[in-house]
Amino acid sequence: MTQQETNTEKTQAEELRIGAFICECGVNIAGSVDCHAVADYISTLPNVVTSVVNKYTCSDAGQAEIKKAIRDMNLNRVLVASCTPKTHEPIFRACVEEAGLNPYLFEFVNIREHCSWIHMWEKEDATRKAKELVRMGVARAALLEPLESSEVPVTNKALVIGAGVTGMQAAMDIGDMGFQVYLVEQGPSIGGKMAQLDKTFPTNDCSICILGPKMVEVARNKNIEIMSYSEVTEVDGYVGNFKVKVKHKPRYLNIDECTGCGLCSEACPVEVPYTEFNEGIGTRKAIYTPFPQAVPLRALVDKVNCIGCGACIKACERGAIDMDQKETFSELDVGVIIVTAGFDVYDPEPKNEFGFGLYDNVITTMEFERLINASGPTMGKVVRPSDVKPPKRIGFVQCVGSRDKHSNIYCSSFCCMASLKNAQLLREKYPDTEVYIMYMDMRTPFRMYEEFYNRARDMGIRFIRGRPAEVTEDENGNHNIIARIEDTLTNEIVNLELDLMVLSVGAVSPESTEKIRQILKVSRAADGFMMEAHPKLKPVDTTLDGIFIGGMTQGPKDIPYSISQGSACAARATRFLAQGKALTEGITAKVNEDICVGCGVCVPMCPFQALSIEDNKLKIISALCKGCGTCMAACPTGALEQSHFKNVQLLEQVKKVFAYGEV
Amino acid sequence: MTEFEPDILTFCCNWCSYAGADLAGVSRLQYPTNSRIIRVMCSSRIEPIHILEAFKEGTDGILVTGCHIGDCHYIEGNVHTDERMKEMVDALEHLGLGQRLHLEWVSAAEGKKFQETITDFVEKIRALGPNPLKHKGVEE
Repeated sequence: MTQQETNTEKTQAEELRIGAFICECGVNIAGSVDCHAVADYISTLPNVVTSVVNKYTCSDAGQAEIKKAIRDMNLNRVLVASCTPKTHEPIFRACVEEAGLNPYLFEFVNIREHCSWIHMWEKEDATRKAKELVRMGVARAALLEPLESSEVPVTNKALVIGAGVTGMQAAMDIGDMGFQVYLVEQGPSIGGKMAQLDKTFPTNDCSICILGPKMVEVARNKNIEIMSYSEVTEVDGYVGNFKVKVKHKPRYLNIDECTGCGLCSEACPVEVPYTEFNEGIGTRKAIYTPFPQAVPLRALVDKVNCIGCGACIKACERGAIDMDQKETFSELDVGVIIVTAGFDVYDPEPKNEFGFGLYDNVITTMEFERLINASGPTMGKVVRPSDVKPPKRIGFVQCVGSRDKHSNIYCSSFCCMASLKNAQLLREKYPDTEVYIMYMDMRTPFRMYEEFYNRARDMGIRFIRGRPAEVTEDENGNHNIIARIEDTLTNEIVNLELDLMVLSVGAVSPESTEKIRQILKVSRAADGFMMEAHPKLKPVDTTLDGIFIGGMTQGPKDIPYSISQGSACAARATRFLAQGKALTEGITAKVNEDICVGCGVCVPMCPFQALSIEDNKLKIISALCKGCGTCMAACPTGALEQSHFKNVQLLEQVKKVFAYGEV
Repeated sequence: MTEFEPDILTFCCNWCSYAGADLAGVSRLQYPTNSRIIRVMCSSRIEPIHILEAFKEGTDGILVTGCHIGDCHYIEGNVHTDERMKEMVDALEHLGLGQRLHLEWVSAAEGKKFQETITDFVEKIRALGPNPLKHKGVEE
C-alpha cells in the first residue's frame, strides 16, 4: 500500500527495464532445472536489467526482493519463472502493484508444473526448455501494456442451489450475516438425504430430531426465501451480477392456501410405492405431503398416478387444489451462487451386484435406513422384504460402488461408519440378532470415529475381512441369502447364511447436478463430481469467480464435513456481498475504429451479446465482454484486439518459443 | 547424427487444458521435453496467423487444446475453434503441413490425457520428420 500512489505511471514510454526472478521452489524446480544457468542465459537477453535466482520467490523474502529491485533498478517489467499462474499470478500481481507497477506489466512463466515436474530425470533438456520458456516470457514482457481492472457492483443477494443439510447451513450463515438468500430445492421439501436417515454417527442421535429444528430455523430466517419444487434452468452474467432463471414445478395446489393437514391424502383412493422418500417400501397416495417434518409442509399431486377422481378437491376445506396449475418461472438477480446439490446413492441393480435385484432379501443402506426408522414405513420394525419376518442374521457388504475399478475407484468415505452405526442399532434393538460386516478395510478417521468402531466390536458385531465372491439364495425356498466369502484374515472360505443382506452403497453425482454443472460451466472432476479450484487451498471455490461448491457436490463426505463446507461456502461467498464490489480483469476486447469497416462478422461470435454495430462501427460493451477472444479471430481486418493477448504479443511468443539452437 | 527432436508448440486455454497440463505436472506424469505451452483465455482466440507464423518459424508440430464441447467457459468458443481448426487443417494440406496441426480437448481433470496427447503427438511428428519450412542453421 505504501508506495501505491507514488509511481503508478511507469509505462512503456520509458526504456524497457525487465527484471527476471527464477524460483528454485526448494528442490521442486531446482531438482530438475539448473536455475542459475537459466538466470545467466536470461541476463544476456535484450532489455533484461537483472536476472536472479530465489529459493522461494513467493516467500516474504522473495517478494521483498522483487519490490526492492523495482525501486532500486527502476524496473518497468517483472517476470517470475516459477509455478502455475492459476495459484500464484494474483500473488505476484499484487506484489508488483505494491511497488508501484501496473499489475499487467507482470509476466508469469511456468517452469514447475510445465517443466521440472514433468521432466524429473532429464535435467539437461529440462534446463534448455526452461531457458526457452523464460526467453519467450521475456519477449512477451517487453510488449505488455498497462491495463486497469474495472470494478463492478455486486448484487448483495445469494443463490443456494440444493437445500440438503449443506445448502441449509450455507443459506443460514449468509442470512444471519444480513444478506438475502434464495434457497432453491428441486424436491418438494428441504432437508435432503439427511431427512431420510434414522440415526447419525458417531453419536447415534436421531437424524430428523436434529435436522427438523434446523429446517424450521431455515424457514423462519427472514433473509431466506425457500423455493421448493423448483429448478435453476438458466444462469447468465458474472461475479456480482448473475441473472438466474428458476422454474417452479406445479404442485397442483395453491401453496399459500394448503396447510398440510392431510385430508386430501386420506380421501385419495390411489396408492403407489413411496419411492421418493421411503425407497419404494410402503405406499403413499397420489396427493401427499413429502414427510411429517417437511418444510414447507405442503401437499403436492403426483399427476402421473392421479386418476382425476376429484376426491381430494372435495376433501380440501380450503379449496387449495388446482389441477390446472402450470409451471411458472422467476428471474433472480444475485451476486454469488453456491451449489450444494447433493448426491445419489450408487445403484447396484443394473449389474445385479451381490444379487441385488435378483433376490428380495438383498437391500441397500438407504432402504435399511427407512426400515429401522421409527417414522418409516414399518414404524421402525426391521423386517425382510420376502416374508416381512424379522431377520435373525444380517450382513452388511462394504464398498458397493466404491473402491471398485468396475464402478467408482474412489472411497465414498461415509459407508464404513454408516454400517457400523446400523449394526450397532440392530444389536441394541434386537440383541439376539447376529450381525456381520464384510469389508475390505474399515476406514474410520476423524474424531470419535475409531472409538465408535471399537464400540461396535465390543457389542459383538462380527467382522469378516473379505467381500462375497458369490451370492445365491438357498434351495429350501425360504429366500435366505448364501454369501460365499474368503476371510482373508483366517484364509478360510466361509459360506454365510443370512436372512437379510444390506449393501453399503457409495455416493455418485446425480444427473440433475450434471445439468447444473453444464449451466454454470464448472469443471467436472474425473470422478464425476464438480471440481474445486484447488484440492487443498480452495476446496469450496471453483475457477469461476462468485461460484462455490459444497458438500457432496464436491465429492463424497459425511454430515459434519458437509456442514463445515456449507459454512465455508457462505464465508467465501459473503466476501463479495460484504464488499459490494468485485474486480473484473482488464483483458477485454478493444476495437480500432480506424480499421473497423463495420462488417459485423464478429457480432454473432460473441456469446455474451457484448458486440453490436452502430453507425457502421463496432460497439463493445466492456462490462459484458469476458475476454475470450472468439470475436477477434473472426475479424477480417484486424481491427479487434484482446488486451493482454494482443496479436503482437502472441506472435512474439510464437517467434521466440524455440531458440533453434541458440540456447 | 542424433535423432530428430521435433519442436512442438501447444496452445492451451486458461480454464481446461492449461489446468489439465498443471494436473499432469502436479501428478508428476512424465512426458517428452519437446512441447512449449502458450496460454490463451480460450482456444477460440487462436487465429490462422498464429499457426502459419509458427510453421514459418520452423515449429514442427502444433497442438491446439481446449475444453470439451459443452464445457467451454465461454459457452461455445471451442465450437468455433473446432470449425476453424478443421478449415485450417484443410488449408495446410495444400502446403503439406496438414498432419502437423492437431486439435484435442483436455479437461482440467485429464492430466493423464494431457500427458498421452503430448507423448503421442511428439512421436507422430518425429515420424513425419522436420518441418520443411524450418530455418536451417541460422543461429547455429
